[in-house]
Amino acid sequence: MAKRIDVSGLNAFYGSHKAIEDISMTVEPRSVTAFIGPSGCGKSTFLRTLNRMHEVTPGGRVEGKVLLDGDDLYGSGVDPVNVRRTIGMVFQRPNPFPTMSIFDNVAAGLKLNGSYKKSELNDVVEKSLKGANLWNEVKDRLNKPGSGLSGGQQQRLCIARAIAVEPQVLLMDEPCSALDPISTLAIEDLIGELKERFTIVIVTHNMQQAARVSDRTAFFNLAAVGQPGKLIEIDETERIFSNPSVQATEDYISGRFG
Amino acid sequence: MDIPTDTPPPPSHVEDAKPTTPEQKRAARGATRPGDRIFLGLSRGSGIVLLLIMAAVAAFLAYRASVALADNEGNFLTTFEWDPAGVAHDGKPYFGIAVLVFGTIVSSIIALAIAVPVAIGIALFISHYAPRKLAAPIAYVIDLLAAVPSIVYGLWGALVVAPNLTGLYSWLDDYFGWTGVFEYEGGAPRSLMTVGILLAIMILPIITNVSREVFLQVPKMHEEAALALGATRWEVIRMSVLPFGRSGIISASMLGLGRALGETIAVATVLSPNFVINASVLDYGGGTFAQNIASKFSEASEYGRDALIASGLVLFVITLLVNGAARLIIARRKEYSGANA
Ligand SMILES: Nc1ncnc2c1ncn2[C@@H]1O[C@H](COP(=O)(O)OP(=O)(O)OP(=O)(O)O)[C@@H](O)[C@H]1O
Ligand SMILES: [Mg+2]
Repeated sequence: MAKRIDVSGLNAFYGSHKAIEDISMTVEPRSVTAFIGPSGCGKSTFLRTLNRMHEVTPGGRVEGKVLLDGDDLYGSGVDPVNVRRTIGMVFQRPNPFPTMSIFDNVAAGLKLNGSYKKSELNDVVEKSLKGANLWNEVKDRLNKPGSGLSGGQQQRLCIARAIAVEPQVLLMDEPCSALDPISTLAIEDLIGELKERFTIVIVTHNMQQAARVSDRTAFFNLAAVGQPGKLIEIDETERIFSNPSVQATEDYISGRFG
Repeated sequence: MDIPTDTPPPPSHVEDAKPTTPEQKRAARGATRPGDRIFLGLSRGSGIVLLLIMAAVAAFLAYRASVALADNEGNFLTTFEWDPAGVAHDGKPYFGIAVLVFGTIVSSIIALAIAVPVAIGIALFISHYAPRKLAAPIAYVIDLLAAVPSIVYGLWGALVVAPNLTGLYSWLDDYFGWTGVFEYEGGAPRSLMTVGILLAIMILPIITNVSREVFLQVPKMHEEAALALGATRWEVIRMSVLPFGRSGIISASMLGLGRALGETIAVATVLSPNFVINASVLDYGGGTFAQNIASKFSEASEYGRDALIASGLVLFVITLLVNGAARLIIARRKEYSGANA
């Protein structure tokens, strides 16, 4: 299921403001790639160009290429809706559908895809909730609203919802920033399990988290406020944290930066 | 903590907690500064005055209504006539509201059935489909429509809309006449259906505006949740926008219904008042509470006016019931409402 992503020469704009400039990188399949960098350097923007969510922002525009196993996501005739069905996303703040039950939240993506059988649906919901380490906590209240769960549970529900449709890639934008340390650990463990099946990209401000969960780390930076953000380097996480090739990376990681 | 929770605290404590002097009582209300005290007095005073005025009005109306009901020879709820002067009943008053209840509710239901879907459609178009350049002017025009006086709608309805409805009525008769509800026997289309259509046009702006406001308030994160799953624009609306806007749509419809139930001049201008209940909504005749009051009040005797006041009170009760029902619907699935997320 997991696929590789090749980005080349990617620029993204908000209206006339260029938020990220000339980004090229490869995201390896069945691995976790972490994005780190100071606030405003365009990590979220870049992440959202990977599943064509950037363009739903008014004024959002993208130049360049994003290849998913060789197919250009921005090629003519590619339907962004289909792209988003193959590349799932988990947001900073848990956002389960408030009017839906826990079950329906997980089943929502499958129902969108149209073809499913009732019995199949039950299996997929159970499998996804188990995959998100949430099954034991909610199995007795699947028909209760998802908004009644704790923040950490809601975030795992959102992960279950995203993996229920078996995406090729899972994008996560600071998925733990609204959570307590215990929920954070639960989700980090989960990421470790999920990378067996999916390609995972995670944005985080937490250096320890990046070091703990990721195989490769990309460092983004911007020259000055108002300037577009750029990719400084991407390498094995171990190398980035021990012996990065760019001085700015080391400064940032060791806290000698902003 | 070793403080026993089930025994009362020592007496001195109780005395401490209870404000005894006027100063302490005021402090407990948070009104110690002169400004606070003046404001507290003003707001409480105006609240009491308002309640008193409303109570006085209600008492006056209830009294007048009871005078009328005491002498009524007909059954107020089931009589199909409005004859408080007793012209056809040896001078004995004989009147009832059956026709008015029927006409008011049927015309309002027709109005809502037409206006709500159209209004939701327009509101969604403005909030989620139209390019920004187009959305603002459309919203503005709808705002303007809400400001047109009802008499203008009434004249337009009587002179333009009604005469052009015969085609629609014949079509309804052809395809749905068998139900009995849409039988049309020709003649001037000044029926409850015409009233309903006109009311629908009149309440469309308010329902559209309120719905649009609610749709624009749907949190981005709910819409993006659906988008990121691969939802099309319509699916985003179905999964995020409409569920979030549901209670807003109900409130908007209630505002519209309130206007439809009480609309007077436009209905009086369009309907040919005829105190009957027709099985078909396309047959001319029928009446509504507000229209009946408006068309009879100026020529009624004092007793006749009391009778009309009695009918007005019933309209008031219906409006209250409708509002209560709407609140129940909104409250029933509160735990599922988007408001807390
Ligand atoms: N909706 C928007 N409209 C206009 N400009 C935006 C919008 N969202 C982000 N930007 C701008 O794009 C740039 C990159 O923002 P982005 O949110 O991608 O940064 P980030 O690296 O994710 O920051 P953080 O770590 O704080 O989440 C910033 O300069 C920001 O001001
Ligand atoms: Mg961000």
